[in-house]
Amino acid sequence: MSTVAIKVEGLGKLYRLGEIGTGTLSHDLNRAWARLRGKEDPFAIIGETNDRTTKGTSDFVWSLKNVDFEVKQGEVLGIIGRNGAGKSTLLKILSKVTAPTTGSVKVRGRIASLLEVGTGFHPELTGRENIFLNGAILGMTKAEIRSKFDEIVDFSGVERYIDTPVKRYSSGMYVRLAFAVAAFLEPEILIIDEVLAVGDAEFQKKCLGRMKDVSVNDGRTVLFVSHNMDAVRSLCNRAILMQQGMVNMIGPVADVVSKYYEGIKVNMVSEFEIDTQKPSIKSIVLDAELLKNGILSLNIQYISPVKLRPPIAGFVLYNALDVPVFGSNARYHTYEHEPISESEGVLAVLIKNIELHTGLYKISVWLGDGSVDYDAKLEAIVFEYFSDRIYPVKPDPLTIGAIDKVATWKHYEQ
Amino acid sequence: MQPAEYTKAVGAGATATTDQEDGWTEIIEPRTRLLDLRLKDVWRYRDLVMLFVRRDFVSTYKQTVLGPIWFFIQPLLTTVTYMIVFGGIAKIPTDGLPQLPFYLAGITVWNYFAQTLTATSTVFTANAAIFGKVYFPRLTLPLSIVLSNLVRFGIQFGLFLVAWGYYLMREDSLHPNIYILLTPALLALMGLLSLGLGMIFSAMTTKYRDLAMLLTFGVQLLMYATPVIYPLSQLPVKYKVFIIANPLSPIVETFRFAFLGSGSFSWLYLGYSTAITMVILLVGTLIFNKVEKSFTDTV
Repeated sequence: MSTVAIKVEGLGKLYRLGEIGTGTLSHDLNRAWARLRGKEDPFAIIGETNDRTTKGTSDFVWSLKNVDFEVKQGEVLGIIGRNGAGKSTLLKILSKVTAPTTGSVKVRGRIASLLEVGTGFHPELTGRENIFLNGAILGMTKAEIRSKFDEIVDFSGVERYIDTPVKRYSSGMYVRLAFAVAAFLEPEILIIDEVLAVGDAEFQKKCLGRMKDVSVNDGRTVLFVSHNMDAVRSLCNRAILMQQGMVNMIGPVADVVSKYYEGIKVNMVSEFEIDTQKPSIKSIVLDAELLKNGILSLNIQYISPVKLRPPIAGFVLYNALDVPVFGSNARYHTYEHEPISESEGVLAVLIKNIELHTGLYKISVWLGDGSVDYDAKLEAIVFEYFSDRIYPVKPDPLTIGAIDKVATWKHYEQ
Repeated sequence: MQPAEYTKAVGAGATATTDQEDGWTEIIEPRTRLLDLRLKDVWRYRDLVMLFVRRDFVSTYKQTVLGPIWFFIQPLLTTVTYMIVFGGIAKIPTDGLPQLPFYLAGITVWNYFAQTLTATSTVFTANAAIFGKVYFPRLTLPLSIVLSNLVRFGIQFGLFLVAWGYYLMREDSLHPNIYILLTPALLALMGLLSLGLGMIFSAMTTKYRDLAMLLTFGVQLLMYATPVIYPLSQLPVKYKVFIIANPLSPIVETFRFAFLGSGSFSWLYLGYSTAITMVILLVGTLIFNKVEKSFTDTV
């Protein structure tokens, strides 16, 4: 029988949009008046669900609404969802940084949260002093920190500079030290935001390893919020998909992650309204058939009120972590049939053998004339790529890199 | 370990209708009860309070040549300035006392109040970044400010004692008396009063920034409404009422009376100060406690 470590019931959080300034006082008085008469908060009623794409009629928005779930002891629960889905608000409430508007969270055990590494680091203090300060802010006692001090320093790898003020540290060293303190927190429940995306690849791997340690070997309850589906998949057993402030799905991690991908609009053709005043991109088309064979073919149609001398386009491909993987520009690479000047046409680019891992990718496109950019369509194309390469163990793009190069290995006797 | 505890909890609960109703270590809800101060939490984080105090000291005087000597320079220069401006030019009487111990006594006590108040009143706004990311009992910060200013006061009080001892031996213008024993109580009153006021201000400034403006010169004005640069005895009767209504006045006046032997002392006035301090402290704690839960949304 496993115990429930966290029980969330009917959780909601109301936010006020826009500037908080004049008018606050009158709203406050209004609310106080309503409360005095025992009525409901007049501004809570008109709150709407959290959808940032449509412009609401009310100044108040439910960033979280009717959220219910349970986390069992020793479970590693992933929380995923698009930006603005309410993940951060949920974390903030769970870590007691802000109070909910409705509902409750019941907790069994000590919670520590890592919404950021290095909170409270003071630049003037030395590494040693900051370890103690930061550790205490995160909830450790002096004695606990002292007993883990050597491990922390060892993990961070900044032993030589431990008595130097952290303002003299490189940003990498700073982050290492900060994460090291956090890594040795030992609460019963650990809440982690995407703090992993820090430091160099080697250190990231170390961090992931440490997190696995904490959750799997030590049997702690962990809530893990991330955009990195691979990290979520490898760390968590169950996951929650948040959408517009509500729980869309909760279940085994594989199901929830694929649901998350379903929710993302795959967009291989984009058409745009034309600005007649300036050169603009009319449409962008990614060839879906060629993509299956590992070929990226992009057609960019443009139109311009003046002649472009010459028309130049460029693109950059990003992976799901928003890391640029590769890009091209007609200025850098071979431009066959380059026109001297033209006011409309199609710029086509072809890249063979793209060697990407399976996953979600985005493409942004720019249009210019070699010296000025006239138009930019950010994340105009969104697509999912399925690699046909089969691996006995699936490589994690976060640790092995964004490009999936073919390699052959041999072994020779000495 | 946990399952055993859990079964016990359920077994013990006579009304175990819903599962695991007992045994929660914490419940996060929209509004706390008014007086739930979580003092236990504060106690658990006592190491943090001390680390904050340490941080304040180390960071203030790092990269300064004179370091902690600044603790002495500041009150000394202020005293000399007051001696020249208020004593020499404006010729405000000092109750027949030598000017140096008279002003130094006032400044030492006043500094403790003013510095604590100014620092606590910006707790929320100055630490918004930390508060937005980690939970720890917010009360630890104002408490650490009161403590670190107490240390600062201790140092400046030492300076005052040196000057005091010098005058005590050289002249016989000072007449210290048994009320010196009240000093710890006076300090506690000052500390709690500034803490209470500071918490009110810090809680309110999260929403209404105007108060921050008010505070900076308000503290300055308040000094003139407190017998720091003049003795209470010299006031015309029509002003005296207002000055005594200021809860700080009896504290400063008592301090000076105890060490220097002139001025006035009244249990009634001191009792009045104590009562006001307690009220302000209570109100401050309540407001602070209410705001700390959701201030990250408005700051």
